[in-house]
Amino acid sequence: MNGRQLITGAQNTWCPGCGNFSIQFALKALLQDLEKRGTSLDDVVLVTGIGCHAKMADYLNINTFYSIHGRVLPVATAIKLANPDLTVIGCAGDGDAYAEGLDHLIFAAKRNVDITLFIHNNRVYGLTTGQYTPTSPLGFKGRSTPAGTLEYPLNPLELMYASGASFVARGYTRNQPLLKKIMADAVRHQGFSFVDILQICATYFDVHDVYDKYVYELKDHDTHDPAKAMKRILEWDYNNPAPIALGTFLEREIPTFDGRFPVQPAVPAERMGKIRTILESYR
Amino acid sequence: MPEYSILIGGKAGEGLNKAGIILARIMNGLGYRVFMYYDYPSLIRGGHNFSIIRAAPRRIYSHRTGVDFLLAMNRETLDLHAHRRSAGTVAIFNSDAVKAEGIGLPLSQIAKEEGAPEIARNTGIIAGFCGASGIPWDVLESTLRKEIPRGLESNLAIARRAFSAVEPVPAARIATLPRTEKILPFLTGNEAAGLGLLAGGLQAYVAYPMTPTSNLLHFLAGVPADLGLTVVHPENEIGVMLMALGFAYAGKKVAVGTSGGGFCLMTEGFSLSGMSEIPVVVMLGQRPGPSTGLPTYSCQTELHFAANAGQGEFVRFIVAPGDLEETYFWASAALSLSWKFQIPSIVLYDKNLAEHGYNFDIDSVPPLPDMPAMAWDRNTPYRRYALTESGVSPLAFPSAKGAVVKVNGYAHDESGITTEEAGMVTRMQEKILRKGEGLAEDLRGMPTVTVSGSKGAGDTLLSWGSTAGVCREVGEALGLRVVQPVVLNPIPAGKVREALEGSRRVVTVEQNATGQLEKLLALHSIRPDGRILKYDGRPFALDELEARVREALA
Ligand SMILES: Cc1ncc(C[n+]2csc(CCOP(=O)(O)OP(=O)(O)O)c2C)c(N)n1
Ligand code: SF4
Ligand SMILES: [Mg+2]
Repeated sequence: MNGRQLITGAQNTWCPGCGNFSIQFALKALLQDLEKRGTSLDDVVLVTGIGCHAKMADYLNINTFYSIHGRVLPVATAIKLANPDLTVIGCAGDGDAYAEGLDHLIFAAKRNVDITLFIHNNRVYGLTTGQYTPTSPLGFKGRSTPAGTLEYPLNPLELMYASGASFVARGYTRNQPLLKKIMADAVRHQGFSFVDILQICATYFDVHDVYDKYVYELKDHDTHDPAKAMKRILEWDYNNPAPIALGTFLEREIPTFDGRFPVQPAVPAERMGKIRTILESYR
Repeated sequence: MPEYSILIGGKAGEGLNKAGIILARIMNGLGYRVFMYYDYPSLIRGGHNFSIIRAAPRRIYSHRTGVDFLLAMNRETLDLHAHRRSAGTVAIFNSDAVKAEGIGLPLSQIAKEEGAPEIARNTGIIAGFCGASGIPWDVLESTLRKEIPRGLESNLAIARRAFSAVEPVPAARIATLPRTEKILPFLTGNEAAGLGLLAGGLQAYVAYPMTPTSNLLHFLAGVPADLGLTVVHPENEIGVMLMALGFAYAGKKVAVGTSGGGFCLMTEGFSLSGMSEIPVVVMLGQRPGPSTGLPTYSCQTELHFAANAGQGEFVRFIVAPGDLEETYFWASAALSLSWKFQIPSIVLYDKNLAEHGYNFDIDSVPPLPDMPAMAWDRNTPYRRYALTESGVSPLAFPSAKGAVVKVNGYAHDESGITTEEAGMVTRMQEKILRKGEGLAEDLRGMPTVTVSGSKGAGDTLLSWGSTAGVCREVGEALGLRVVQPVVLNPIPAGKVREALEGSRRVVTVEQNATGQLEKLLALHSIRPDGRILKYDGRPFALDELEARVREALA
């Protein structure tokens, strides 16, 4: 199925100027690139959560599992375990992955399951109309916190480093070329690839001027040096103005969760015979 | 006909479950049918544990209050179970720990002299029991050889000394039964459930530990690798359910296991199964709540929770087996039905069935009807939710050439794309409910209601799940009919009514405080004349239920 039409007929309902368009564009390029390199798109699965980001499942004409809020990763993990030949990609929101489904995020990194997770980090709950998320800055005035939030944001890259993710990167929706490169590298990496994408929410948290001012691309950075990676990760705390590095911070080559499972027998054993043998041991 | 009850008790953490199993296997080997009750508090060490092994020449499903042999590893066991003794009860105890009337064996000292660990004292007391009841040495020895993989020689040495130290008690002799019937395997409901799931084609099992289904997880994690089963223990039950749906989306037949508390966390994913039409089987072992409740005890309190769990309206299959044969059959059938209709199923059992020991006769299990899932023909353009007359859409899995497989928890169109259009939403709601008709049709030919006891009797006990087992025995003893709806959703109301036909009085028997089966049947205008409820976490003892039934029917 070469040259498949990648966009479905579903009506697109993102706001004009939404960063999700850029991510969709980059994903499309990623899929085309995969296909060019010989991966059949029949062997690609996208799993999404719930939120503006998750509409990606409706818009891309590939295998998709439109899951529920916060639950991208257990689904994606199991799909990979069930069929290790599949390329499994997750698109999650920051509310999705850092609030509702945080436990799954830590475990996916800890297990180093060979899937790729793209976080559409607009630092706000888009779909539910503008409440704060775990990466909103202190004092963020959302509809649930009209006087401003009373809690600091967390730094998801720091968390992923600590949890054992073997690929940690950050992209920005207004830097397409770099975003495409990071996405391609993330999918190619064997293990849990985590990409936090700073995504503009045109309606509820448009901070593109801040990002445009502070972002820079990592250059001459050794992704295999964890200490250097951590230094860069800690540069910006998602709260105070500081240089915001973009690119791949960390890569580790370690065995994958799916790779550690025993290879399934080509021909499974005759079940009834096995069951009777097990029963014999209970006599 | 002779039957025997043997209690072995001591401190938690001293291997009393294993000791009970050895006693049960000894009795099983002598040709008896056995049941083993295992009572333990929710802790690892200290506290009191005991097993009651009941053996009879016919199939049994319950224990009795009174015991013929009381095997006490400590003083507490003699004190706590004094009410179970009668004049003929033989007490055997560790005389290094207890001074009492009866047969004392210096078990701590023997174990020490043989250089065996403390736990080997259990072997000594079992050997003492065999000596007192005249069970031949070779029966004991062969059982120990099978059951004790580590430290066998020192255990045998202890057994020999204890066995020969005890004089047979003529009045307490246990005979070997003539070999007219085959020796049946003796196992727990969890083990039978695991085997049933495997027979149904299980390819993945996902669970987070929780009594009383942890042992199903342990059992399936230990089956031979060439069965091709993937077992995962994830971060929590939310992850469990969503992982299960991921497995099934990718084409793997999957089950999960938990108890009420874990199922609370699973309900969100359970509802996703209903909407996205991804099959999953939930092995739901009941234990008393609310909340953490009595973690290691038994009840039948989740019937309505199971029937109503998850937002929205969708078809689910719920079955509550009452014995190991039913557990095996229905675990397997649930998997097939889930896949045929692309719905979630719940196998509702309880601690009494999951963790207690019973005989299992695989040859008496009815053959499973062939129920293939509907596969995509690979010709027509693929639409995951194609509208069909039966409501069932053909299945394809990712990597199928030319199929774009889109599943969705939102209301969706035939291709799986989100829609809020009123017409499509209506058609899809009707589609997922229509599958219930095919399910009910398939169930019509299956043993969804069982009748036992004195089948033609006028007075009837109406029960479900593991409680039906003890009802069968009471029914046989008192000449009562016993009716047990095995499938609870969709409830086979017609068959229940038929089974009750000609009854004079109908009494429900349930292990809960509110009469959950009774409430369910009331929705179908089936109204019993009396009810027997019990809600202390302990399953009915045979004599206890007998007395309550007599009272109810007086
Ligand atoms: C269990 C549950 N709780 C709450 C919601 C409501 N809800 C839908 S989307 C969303 C937040 C989305 O935020 P995010 O994940 O950041 O995605 P975005 O819309 O910003 O892309 C919430 C709270 C839900 N769908 N499910
Ligand atoms: S609310 Fe924000 S994230 Fe959602 S579509 Fe609009 S701009 Fe995009
Ligand atoms: Mg967001």
